[in-house]
Amino acid sequence: MYPDNFYSNTFTLLAEAEVGQHFYWNLAGALVHGQVLVVIWFVILFLLTVSILGTRKISQIPNGWQNFTETALDFIVDIARNQLGESFYREWIPFIGTLFLFIFGCNWAGAIIPWKLIALPEGEFAAPTNDINTTVALALLTSIAYFYAGLSKKGLGYFKRYVQPIPLLLPINILEDFTKPLSLSFRLFGNVLADELTITVLTGLVPLIIPLPIMVLGVFAGSVQALIFSTLAAAYIAEALE
Amino acid sequence: MDSIISAASVIAAGLSIGLAAIGPGIGQGNAAGQAVEGIARQPEAENKIRGTLLLSLAFMEALTIYGLVVALALLFANPFNS
Repeated sequence: MYPDNFYSNTFTLLAEAEVGQHFYWNLAGALVHGQVLVVIWFVILFLLTVSILGTRKISQIPNGWQNFTETALDFIVDIARNQLGESFYREWIPFIGTLFLFIFGCNWAGAIIPWKLIALPEGEFAAPTNDINTTVALALLTSIAYFYAGLSKKGLGYFKRYVQPIPLLLPINILEDFTKPLSLSFRLFGNVLADELTITVLTGLVPLIIPLPIMVLGVFAGSVQALIFSTLAAAYIAEALE
Repeated sequence: MDSIISAASVIAAGLSIGLAAIGPGIGQGNAAGQAVEGIARQPEAENKIRGTLLLSLAFMEALTIYGLVVALALLFANPFNS
């Protein structure tokens, strides 16, 4: 379908367009995308290491890793508090914080670490969030979280909001429950993939220097997308709680 | 693959990005212009304005990205490519 040099360009050594090609693993009968699994576990272990280092020797006057983790926690608490308000935010900090740190870690792991140096038989190591399965899983978790929030606070009265302000809006209100995870997952997936494709195309055209600012933009966009995903998740939960 | 289908897919992919970029382009321009106005009027509020602006720009960006996702689906995962 495409000309051959689209796939085998000498300049695309560092960034090749491999959309939809995966390194399949067969784990207990389930087919998984190996490259995504590896990078996800790398991110999880990194986050675990940082949090263990930051909480090992807790002291009144923080220094070193504790300083760093406290700053990160302050940032997350701010996101949750701004959206959920003083009375609810505490119990949702773990969820919002996990979403933010995981997506942030995934985006930056894809943007900063030169995975291309490790060759795979098929597919390539990249940000796990450029696989739509990852982002859909995260978005569905958000859906479950806000349903849980609404149902646990109001019981079955939660479903009253579907006929408010007038029953005429019922179909639109139901549709909203489907568009929320759809837009959440597509936004994250599209942004991360768009960054990588832009870098790929630019590297194909001019291999030196020129793609660098775009790579920096990719790092920036990765952090903004993580912030947006967690802010929106918090906003949806707040909407279900109010 | 049928050559008509591939030609149509490529054209549709180009159109989906191009059309999806119009609206967010206008929207982002408006938002950025208003933000500059706000900063000019109240320079001390610059940090707050910048944060809100970046967040809303990313939301508008998402609309173009939806177009991009459709284009990618047409190019790399075409449902009519049997």
